[in-house]
Amino acid sequence: MPDIPAARPTPTLPQLLAAFAMIAIFGFGGVLYWSRRMMVDERRWMTAEEFNEAYALCNFLPGPNIVNFAVVFGRQIGGTVGAFLALLGLLGPPFALVTFFGFLYAHYGDIAVLQRMFVGVAAAAAGLTISTSLKMWQPLVRERPGVPHLIALATLAGVGVMRWPIYWVLGVLMPLSIALAWWVRR
Amino acid sequence: MSHNPGILLTLAGNFSLMSLFAMGGANAAFPEMYRLAVDVMHWMTDRQFADLYAIAQVTPGPNVIVVTLIGYHVAGLAGALVATLAMCGPTCVFAFFVGRVWDRFKEARWRLIIQAALVPISLGLLGASTLVIARVAGQSWQTVVLMLLTAAVTYRLRLNPLWIFAIAAVLGFAGAV
Repeated sequence: MPDIPAARPTPTLPQLLAAFAMIAIFGFGGVLYWSRRMMVDERRWMTAEEFNEAYALCNFLPGPNIVNFAVVFGRQIGGTVGAFLALLGLLGPPFALVTFFGFLYAHYGDIAVLQRMFVGVAAAAAGLTISTSLKMWQPLVRERPGVPHLIALATLAGVGVMRWPIYWVLGVLMPLSIALAWWVRR
Repeated sequence: MSHNPGILLTLAGNFSLMSLFAMGGANAAFPEMYRLAVDVMHWMTDRQFADLYAIAQVTPGPNVIVVTLIGYHVAGLAGALVATLAMCGPTCVFAFFVGRVWDRFKEARWRLIIQAALVPISLGLLGASTLVIARVAGQSWQTVVLMLLTAAVTYRLRLNPLWIFAIAAVLGFAGAV
């Protein structure tokens, strides 16, 4: 995919609220795919690289990462109001929906049908996660091959394949990654 | 269902504490949620927890809304609200201020270095959690096919994958996957 350098649009507050509400309402199978699609592909409010950078920051903050992302992005657009509107959009519709489902469950309690649908939905959701991961790896792959690739692959192998404890892997790779980033920019 | 302030305080305390350790998103906190709701507090049975998890998964939105359901199950609408705010509130305030500092030092060398260091690691972690999710979801050859087809179609094409979820739900309902 070619990079198109163009003046990037900035959302208005109503657009911000609407965008996060749509991310939430469409957000089957996790909201990462839908956030990236909205931010990078549809509205072009961020480049692929900027999205990765924001995701990386939010991933290392405590708490749910896309919720953090809504706060960080919303704050950039409209300060406290912006952060609040992005959060409201992301959490409001699912809150209403899931509470309604909770009400139905409390009264009927039989979700055998839902459990069966869940098997299919979970498989599709996993597929969506695979394609999102691949897309997010693209900016890394576009760079000249080098140290960041090794760090990314080592993290993937250590946590995902070897299943070593995440804090051990990060305890080794994080200082290494910082040292190497410093060395490149020294 | 009880609506006394004690249970709301318990929900608020436990979920705000949990949120602070939930690095890597709500998925990372699921085992802890299970332990709290089923083993420690006896709010629900193992089966009920699995049901609530499934309901949250087929509801669109961030995975964290399973917390809303647990809160609702324990103390109705007030419980849903308290659990959600406790799980998201403190970390959102934190993210707000970190975001502000992060922006203020946009051009600072230390920020560029940390950012350059975090991106590959977060992509590695994303890849690792993708492997785990794929392993759990791909239990039969049918689910593996559905998963890989979804991945290929959404990677190549820009079309909205909502219809894939509709088909996947129907296939699941029909017992075809």
